[in-house]
Amino acid sequence: MENIAWSAFDVLLIAATLSLAWASLTTEHLRRAVIFFIAFGLLLSLIWLRLKAPDVALAEAAIGAGLTGALLLAAVADHQKPINKKPDQKFSLADFVANTFLNLLFIAFAIVFGAAYTFALNEVNDSRLTDIVFQHLPGTGVTNPVTGVLLDFRAYDTMLELAVLLAAALGVMAIGKTRRDFVKPGDMERGLSQWLIPTLIILSLYLLWAGANAPGGAFQAAALLAAAGVVMRLTGYVDGGLPQGIWLRVLLVSGVGGFLLVSLIMMFAGRIYFDYPESWAGSLILLIESMATISIAATLVVAYLCGQPDTWFGGQQKENKHAD
Amino acid sequence: MLIDQILYGLCGIVLFTFGLRIAFSPVHFLRRLLAINVAGAGLFLLLLSVAYRGFDQAPDAVPHALVLTGIVVAFSATALAVALARQLQNRDKENE
Amino acid sequence: MINLIALCLILFGLFFFIAGSIGILRLPDIHSRLHALTKADNLGLGFLALGLILLSGDIFIAAKLLLAWLLVIASSAASAQLIAQRARRRERDVWKI
Repeated sequence: MENIAWSAFDVLLIAATLSLAWASLTTEHLRRAVIFFIAFGLLLSLIWLRLKAPDVALAEAAIGAGLTGALLLAAVADHQKPINKKPDQKFSLADFVANTFLNLLFIAFAIVFGAAYTFALNEVNDSRLTDIVFQHLPGTGVTNPVTGVLLDFRAYDTMLELAVLLAAALGVMAIGKTRRDFVKPGDMERGLSQWLIPTLIILSLYLLWAGANAPGGAFQAAALLAAAGVVMRLTGYVDGGLPQGIWLRVLLVSGVGGFLLVSLIMMFAGRIYFDYPESWAGSLILLIESMATISIAATLVVAYLCGQPDTWFGGQQKENKHAD
Repeated sequence: MLIDQILYGLCGIVLFTFGLRIAFSPVHFLRRLLAINVAGAGLFLLLLSVAYRGFDQAPDAVPHALVLTGIVVAFSATALAVALARQLQNRDKENE
Repeated sequence: MINLIALCLILFGLFFFIAGSIGILRLPDIHSRLHALTKADNLGLGFLALGLILLSGDIFIAAKLLLAWLLVIASSAASAQLIAQRARRRERDVWKI
């Protein structure tokens, strides 16, 4: 009885997700497409919960649905073209043939991929990496296996990923200055920012601390801080809470910097880098996570601002930081 | 091999193929960006359904970590693409 | 017994969610749609959270559910206000023409 209920839930969830993806990619208005995409991200986060992945669900809801949706909504506002009525296009044989050919090609690709996946799943039946992870987890000082994998077993990969984020932030900033569009903040925006931003900061600190033993960790905490930065930008604080000049550079670099610092200390202590001593492993992981959190949050806010913030060159802080 | 793994994995493959199909069509740039994001979400679904072991057992943590970093990197790549598109549009406006 | 009460509360919440969704689809104007959306979703989420609190039995989980409900109420009220202000401004400009 329970199995049937769960299967019905699965079918409904998958049907809703596929319909939202279809709607997002085939509507005519761009803004509607982005809003469908945000709803798609929310349902995707429900699927992650169904597949017993709460850490990924937190990150997907905050970054995949929330921040990406906000970024794309702002981008759609930039790209508004005047709507000119196109005359009805005549039926073009070349277009029809090309479209049909591509459709058939992709359907064939999907069938082959699906069949390969199903047969590959048939072959393997043991628990593979799960046993190895749980065997070595007590040595890392944390009990959340995802945090252990991310910051101890695969710490090198996480450091390289933070370097990729830094490269993306540098690329965005090398391109130009931020957008110039925001409303003059009224009472509603001021009221919203007054209670929402401290709540987000406290929740983000809680997620960072709880990441050792429960779903949470550096990325989710950074996503909440970045959300606070985006709310600040939308309610009138022009730079989204980022600091001035040299401190912004320090913030952006401190993610990779934290990893490098810890690994260099390990090397000088005679161990392989990222081979933490057992009694210190928990504290080292917390230290790296804290530096990574603020660095990732700064990177995400810079990515949302889509350009150099005003204070990148250490310019004058205006007396009144609200937009006028 | 569980029925749920196959179901969600096939859903992921459908999402990936559909997103890629739209990404290769002559539509507006932002819609192609949305399509690539949907394709990425499909791949994450594939990874996580391989990591799923059933209701009672703990799932495999390594693909969870991979997908977590993947989500953050996908967002930063989207931001870079949006910034590039904005500059291209500015150049087009200047040249008109 | 507690399970029965929780089930009733969750069904109440479901009813409000359905009402809100029908309201969004059938009402003519943005202001009336916002009205249906926020009222129904706040109440629906409240009954759902109450039912889940009865089912959970742990005080920390109950506190987190309550916090989630309060945050949703506050943020949906604020964003509904902002959307309605923008819609009002647009209508006024259209009428000027």
